[in-house]
Amino acid sequence: MNRITGYFKSLLLIELFQGMGLTMRYMFKPKYTVRYPMEHIPKSNRFRGLHALRRYANGEERCIACKLCEAVCPALAITIDSAPRESDGQRRTTRYDIDLFKCIFCGFCEESCPVDSIVETSIHEYHFEHRGENVVNKQQLLAIGDRFEQQIAADRAQDAAYR
Amino acid sequence: MADQLINQIVWPIVFILCITVPLIIAVAMFVYWERKVIGWMHVRLGPSKIGPFGLLQAFADVVKLLVKEVILPTKANRFLYFMAPLLALIPALAAWAVIPFSSKMVLSNANAGVLYLLAMTSLGVYGIIIAGWASNSRYALLGAMRSAAQVISYELAMGLCLVCVLVLSGSLNLSDIVNAQAGGKGLFDWFWLPLLPVFVIYFISGVAETNRAPFDVAEGESEIVAGFHVEYSGSAFAIFFLAEYANMILVSFLASILFLGGWLSPLQGWIHADAPAWINWIWTGSWVWLFIKAFVMSFLFLWFRATFPRYRYDQIMRLGWKVLIPIAIVWVMVAGCMKYFGWVSIGMGA
Repeated sequence: MNRITGYFKSLLLIELFQGMGLTMRYMFKPKYTVRYPMEHIPKSNRFRGLHALRRYANGEERCIACKLCEAVCPALAITIDSAPRESDGQRRTTRYDIDLFKCIFCGFCEESCPVDSIVETSIHEYHFEHRGENVVNKQQLLAIGDRFEQQIAADRAQDAAYR
Repeated sequence: MADQLINQIVWPIVFILCITVPLIIAVAMFVYWERKVIGWMHVRLGPSKIGPFGLLQAFADVVKLLVKEVILPTKANRFLYFMAPLLALIPALAAWAVIPFSSKMVLSNANAGVLYLLAMTSLGVYGIIIAGWASNSRYALLGAMRSAAQVISYELAMGLCLVCVLVLSGSLNLSDIVNAQAGGKGLFDWFWLPLLPVFVIYFISGVAETNRAPFDVAEGESEIVAGFHVEYSGSAFAIFFLAEYANMILVSFLASILFLGGWLSPLQGWIHADAPAWINWIWTGSWVWLFIKAFVMSFLFLWFRATFPRYRYDQIMRLGWKVLIPIAIVWVMVAGCMKYFGWVSIGMGA
């Protein structure tokens, strides 16, 4: 009996019509598409994107060349050289390179930093046009930090209660 | 002499251009519409960037395809390799010669129009088979073989469906077939009602004939990459594409003409008002109705594609030989009885 009803079901294409009804309903549903360059989806304040080096409010760079980030980096993407600064003899970095091709954006450098100097900003829209540009140096990182300091600070402030 | 030249050569060429140029544009817009509809059914937007609402997307694709290089595989048969796309396209365009767009608009009012159509739609498969063979590629050959077997099986079912229509209308002329569906009962005068199973079978076979989803095993991009046109690129590929879509539109028009009363209005015989011509067509019928019907039928192609997964090869064969053909044969008998015993008034004409 089941076989007979099944036979008639398939003969009358009932299940196929049900399927077509389903797709027709979906046709009029609101669409999920985000038109990316014009529209953006909300981003978490914990988003880990492009790196930056921060400064104190008085303009002094935070980094003290402790090299914890270099040590903790699982991808060996960070290279730091340090020397006493000529003006006042403080220990500072002379070189701070991050290879963004090696970086896996794990955020360990930010976690390890005792002075909140190296951070991962929420910037994810960047590109390189030539080989070699993937290694960003200290000046570039500080420039990114200067430019996006407000946003970086706001993201950190939002997350501070949960850390 | 000059008169003869103009009448026999110039005007036919003008008429042919009047059909093929809009057809090619229609194909481009149909590709856009397909991507839109399938996008909507996938809860996406579909192309929306090029031109207003992405309307120019298809034309951008055409330009891209035309400027691309046509690659000739080393071991391919050069002559057949370049002949195959034309063999696919020419029948797809030539078949349009006998389509009556309205009671007066028809390029060739051939008496054996249905036979001509059958011949043309069958010729199209040679393009596919030769493309598969000439590319000298395993995937292409597999696709061509599948396509050949499938088209031959479904052509039988399709032919039997046409026989039913012929029995009821008593003519092979497409204009006569449409006129036989005229009457006073609106859309219930058309052949879809007494021939409902046949109508369904005809459309299923039409989908199979054009190698469209869910019968697109000839392409089967997940199994045999792209089937018969895997080696084709650039304009040669564009021609295959054009032929496939022209065939889809053709099958939609045929379904509308054979079963849905062609240019006849679904309100025929219900409204007898005297109105100016620009509003009159709604109940007296015009080419607009044919285009509306064909649009609805071609929408079904896209709907199928968005809904159904691809049939397995043996399932296609089983469906064609063990389900569709027997039902069609039975309905040929039924149609004969309808006509002989006069069970239905349909087919007598107005």
